[in-house]
Amino acid sequence: MSGATRAVLSRELTRMLRRRSQIVHPLMFFLIVVSLFPIAIGPDPVTLARIGPAMVWVAVLLSSTLTMDGIFRDDFDDGSLEQLVLSPAPLPMLVLAKAVAHWLLSAAPLIAMSAPLALMVGLDTRTLVALSLTLLLGTPVLSLVGAVGSALTVGLRSGALLLALIILPLYIPLLIFGTSATHNAALGLPIEAELYFLGGLAVLAATLAPLAAAAALRIRLG
Amino acid sequence: MPIADTAGRPRLEARALECIRADELVFRGVSLTVAPREVVQLVGANGSGKTSLLRILCGLTPPADGVVSWDGADIQALGKSYTAEVCYIGHLNGVAPTLTPAENLRFAARLCTAKPDLDIDAVLERMALTAIAEVPARRLSAGQRQRVALARLLVSDAPLWVLDEPLTALDTTGKALVEDLLATHAAGGGLAVVSTHQPLVLPPDVALKSMSIRD
Repeated sequence: MSGATRAVLSRELTRMLRRRSQIVHPLMFFLIVVSLFPIAIGPDPVTLARIGPAMVWVAVLLSSTLTMDGIFRDDFDDGSLEQLVLSPAPLPMLVLAKAVAHWLLSAAPLIAMSAPLALMVGLDTRTLVALSLTLLLGTPVLSLVGAVGSALTVGLRSGALLLALIILPLYIPLLIFGTSATHNAALGLPIEAELYFLGGLAVLAATLAPLAAAAALRIRLG
Repeated sequence: MPIADTAGRPRLEARALECIRADELVFRGVSLTVAPREVVQLVGANGSGKTSLLRILCGLTPPADGVVSWDGADIQALGKSYTAEVCYIGHLNGVAPTLTPAENLRFAARLCTAKPDLDIDAVLERMALTAIAEVPARRLSAGQRQRVALARLLVSDAPLWVLDEPLTALDTTGKALVEDLLATHAAGGGLAVVSTHQPLVLPPDVALKSMSIRD
C-alpha cells in the first residue's frame, strides 16, 4: 500500500470519526428496521427464527445503502475529489482505500450488531455463525459496489435515491447466497458452497470495482 | 530538473482548444503557451470559460478539440506523469471542513509530489495560519480557508501552477502574499496560469502575460 493510499484511508477514518452521527444514525436505522418485523409479524418464535436471517440481511442492505452516497459526496462538495483525481497515485487504489474505510466504519458495526439482534429473534448458534460468516464475506461487496454507484451519481441532485435504485438490484446475488446459507445452516445442511460463492463475489468486486469507480469519477469530473 | 536548459522555451502549449459544455460552445480556437519564469493571467467576463480552460489545462477535462502538450508531449498520453507536474487550486479549494489546516496540508503532502525539504510548520507560518493550525477548517472564514488551499503551493514541488481565482476572499496582505508566491515560483523557473479579475503586481523580472479568452 503506497503512502497516498494509506493517507486517504487514515484521513477518511479521522473524518468519519469526527462526524459520529454518520456512523450512529445508520446503526439506529438498522436496529429499528429489524425491530419492525416482529411488530408486524407477531411474536411467534418459530416464524421469527425462520425469517430472522432474511430480515437481518435486508436491513443490512438498506442501512448500508443509506451511507453509500457519502463515500464521495463530501470530497466532491469541497473539491478534494479533484485533488484525488490529479494525484500522481493510482486512482483505483485511492478509491479502494475509501471503500475500505466505508466498510470499517459503516458495515463492520452492522455485523457486530446483527449478532445480538439475531439472538433476540431466536436464532440457534449454528445459524448465527452462518449469518455472521455470510455478512463478513458479503458486506465488502456492498462497500465496493456501493463505491461504483456513489462515483456514478456523485454531484447529482437526487443522487442518493438514484444510487439506491442502481445498486440495490446488484445486491440480489448476495441476498440469495447469504440467506440460502443461513437457511441450510438452520436445517443442518453444509453451507460451504454459498460461502465460496460469496468469497468469489468479494474477490471479483475487490478487483473490478475500484477500476470502475475510478473511471466513473473521471467521467463525473470531466 | 534541468530548468536552466528549458528557460525561455515554452513547456506548456495549448493549440486550438475547443470547449463544449452541456451541448453549448463555450470557446473555440484558444491557444496559449507558457514558458518557465512566465505567469499567464487569464481575464475575461463571467461565463467566458476561464474555469473550463483551466480544467482542460490541468488535465481534469479533455478538450472537445485541440491539444494541450507539456514539453512537446500530449498531456492525455502523459496521464499521471503530467498531473504530477501540476498543482491545481480550483474554485472548490479542496480543504476538508472537518480537518484542521495542519491535517489538510499533511494530507496534501502525501497525496502530491511534495517538496523534498518540506516543513509543514514553516508553511503554516508563511501563510499566517499558525494560530489557527489546529482549528477545524469549517470554523474558519472563507479567506482563511483560501489561505489553507494556497498553502498547498508551498507543499507541492510541481513546476506548473494552475490557479482559478486565487484572490477570492483574500484581504490585501493575502493578495500581496499570493503575488509574492507567484514571483518566487517564477524566479525559480516555475510556470503559472492564473485567472483573476484583479491586476497582479509582480516584479519586473517575471514575464506577466495577460490573456483574454474572447479576443
